[in-house]
Amino acid sequence: MVAPTAGSRRARGAPGDFRVSAPETRSLELPGGHRAQVWEKGNGPTLGFLGGLVGLPRWPDLLERLAARHRVVAPALPGSFGAESFRQLDDLADWVSATLDLLDAADLVGVDLVGASLGATLAAEVAAFSPASVERLVLISPFGLFDPEEPVADPWAVRKNEWNALVSSEPDNLEAFLSRPEGVDEVEWEVQRTRCQEASARLLWPTGDLGIAKRLHRIRAATLLVWGEADQLLPQAYADRFARGIAGETAIRRIAGAGHTAELDRPQQVAQAIADFLG
Amino acid sequence: MKLLWFHLMPHTRLPEDFVEKHASVWVDIDPDLLDPAFAHELYHEFMDELEHAAELGFHGICVNEHHQNGYGLMPSPNLIASALARRTQDAALVVMGNSLALYNPPTRVAEEFAMLDCISGGRLVAGFPVGTPMDTCYAYGQNPSQLRERYHEAHDLIVRAWQAPEAFAWNGRYNKLRYVNPWPRPIQKPHPPIWIPGGGSVETWKWCVEADYVYANLSYYGHKLAAETLHGYWQEVERQGREPNPYRAGFLQFLGVAESREEAIELYREPAEYFYGRCLHVHPRWAMPPGYATEATQRSRIESQVAKVANANTDARRQAARKPSMEEIVERGYVMVGGPDEVAEKLRAVATELNVGHLMLLMQFGNMDRHLTRYNTELFAERVLPQVADLFDDRWEDKWWPRPLAPEERAAPRAISG
Repeated sequence: MVAPTAGSRRARGAPGDFRVSAPETRSLELPGGHRAQVWEKGNGPTLGFLGGLVGLPRWPDLLERLAARHRVVAPALPGSFGAESFRQLDDLADWVSATLDLLDAADLVGVDLVGASLGATLAAEVAAFSPASVERLVLISPFGLFDPEEPVADPWAVRKNEWNALVSSEPDNLEAFLSRPEGVDEVEWEVQRTRCQEASARLLWPTGDLGIAKRLHRIRAATLLVWGEADQLLPQAYADRFARGIAGETAIRRIAGAGHTAELDRPQQVAQAIADFLG
Repeated sequence: MKLLWFHLMPHTRLPEDFVEKHASVWVDIDPDLLDPAFAHELYHEFMDELEHAAELGFHGICVNEHHQNGYGLMPSPNLIASALARRTQDAALVVMGNSLALYNPPTRVAEEFAMLDCISGGRLVAGFPVGTPMDTCYAYGQNPSQLRERYHEAHDLIVRAWQAPEAFAWNGRYNKLRYVNPWPRPIQKPHPPIWIPGGGSVETWKWCVEADYVYANLSYYGHKLAAETLHGYWQEVERQGREPNPYRAGFLQFLGVAESREEAIELYREPAEYFYGRCLHVHPRWAMPPGYATEATQRSRIESQVAKVANANTDARRQAARKPSMEEIVERGYVMVGGPDEVAEKLRAVATELNVGHLMLLMQFGNMDRHLTRYNTELFAERVLPQVADLFDDRWEDKWWPRPLAPEERAAPRAISG
């Protein structure tokens, strides 16, 4: 994982004095000899974070904002930046098991958990299969459902140069977020970016449902659903379907101007929604 | 040298404004573009052509598998090969092939190929492609991150199933089968020859040499681009200390022969420009599902000599997308043209340079009609084939060719009455 450059990026809509500073990183040992990097910053109640389709190539604004009131702990999901191994995972059971291993290793069992996209998908599955593993849930645009009348868009059937604009309402910001840090090998950075996409595809391809509709009633955690109003991948109605199915209390916050990567497109608004929910 | 007659089975009536009005020839091609009654005609015409080539003395006839594709109307090459097995006697049936990860369970391939080998009296070549992203990941929804693992497991399962002396249990990562026992087994022992169609992937070269299979470079861009790919393959053969037997390799070439080069250019202009101008109109969004290319291949594409091949292929596709003229098509070597002696001389030179013993010729391409296809095929069989067939045979044995039953042991179609 690459240390971010302090103050190198400024969020859209961020206050002028807002500056990103480096969190601590450490490496977790996981069962099977796998390893994963984890970012950590802030004081207060512990808040876990699982990243999305693009992983966490650097410390994002959203987590900096959340770290003002929480001890934010963000372990890298399999295949994401800082966690190379993922090809040992064949099906949903393997992914859920690996996520539980990760939460165990990062000491995140039983705390509030925020997930984005792929991370939200896994956070929801963990909450369904192992309700005691999470306290409260924040799901930012989770996959897992599919309605043929209103299908999920295919994130992997676009030209490479159109991908950012499909998943994000701020494609240039997204490119900056994913850009190669100085001193990192060009070839390896490209391979890592593709690996992150491959890992997401390994679980989600071909973006049909994952069967979670049959398990939503097992999610007893109070759950906030966050959805970018400009999400081109997942229809808005899916937020309502999640909310209807989940047994715990639910709330939906739609983020104006944000795409599928709402946490990157509008970090201030997403941070506010999370703060309102967690109190 | 073995000369094989290859059919892609293209739709011959894609509209003139196909590229302008339609997004892609593959995956989401408009179903209205092909009337099933016309497909009925085409299948018969194309099978007539393959059978004719076998009659004329081509050593083998080739079919392949594509899905939801306007230039390849063979989702199931096995169905076609089955019909060909009845109407041909000596030619090898080269099925190039079945994309192994698409068959669930893959023992289906073991069974159907064994049936083909039995029906044909042992004339089958079993082609095992991974399959293109369009066929596998999009048309068939296969996970790109698991495609190669599934392919290799399927290969191991099929090859074992063909040779197993009794039923066995298979507890693979992706396939769990308690009783594997394809019935019948193939005629050819230990199994039909296995050929691997591939592009410029280092891993495929390595694997083909290790497993002692034929590597067949199937590109639509001719001998000039194939040179670099095959050079990489032969380097790998040398690296593993195997003999450079040209029958370890196959290669595909479009070809049009006439009385003279000038005449050939005019005769084959329309079908060639149709193929390169319309049939290769594949939307780029189907190009690269994440995980389809292994990380080693990604690295080598960026870093090594292979990049040149990959880039050259991409450039070729781009150039093709700009509807190249016949002159450009010929100049780049996509289609080889000439009079019979000129073509024979070129083929000898190309086969020698690439060191390729299995030459797969596409002699119907694009919207070429049955008359021109017949002319091309007959002229080649009569005046080119005899000039080139002896190449390599003084030095090398083809160990990767079918070993059928003796002619007197083979059954043939027989009328029950009359």
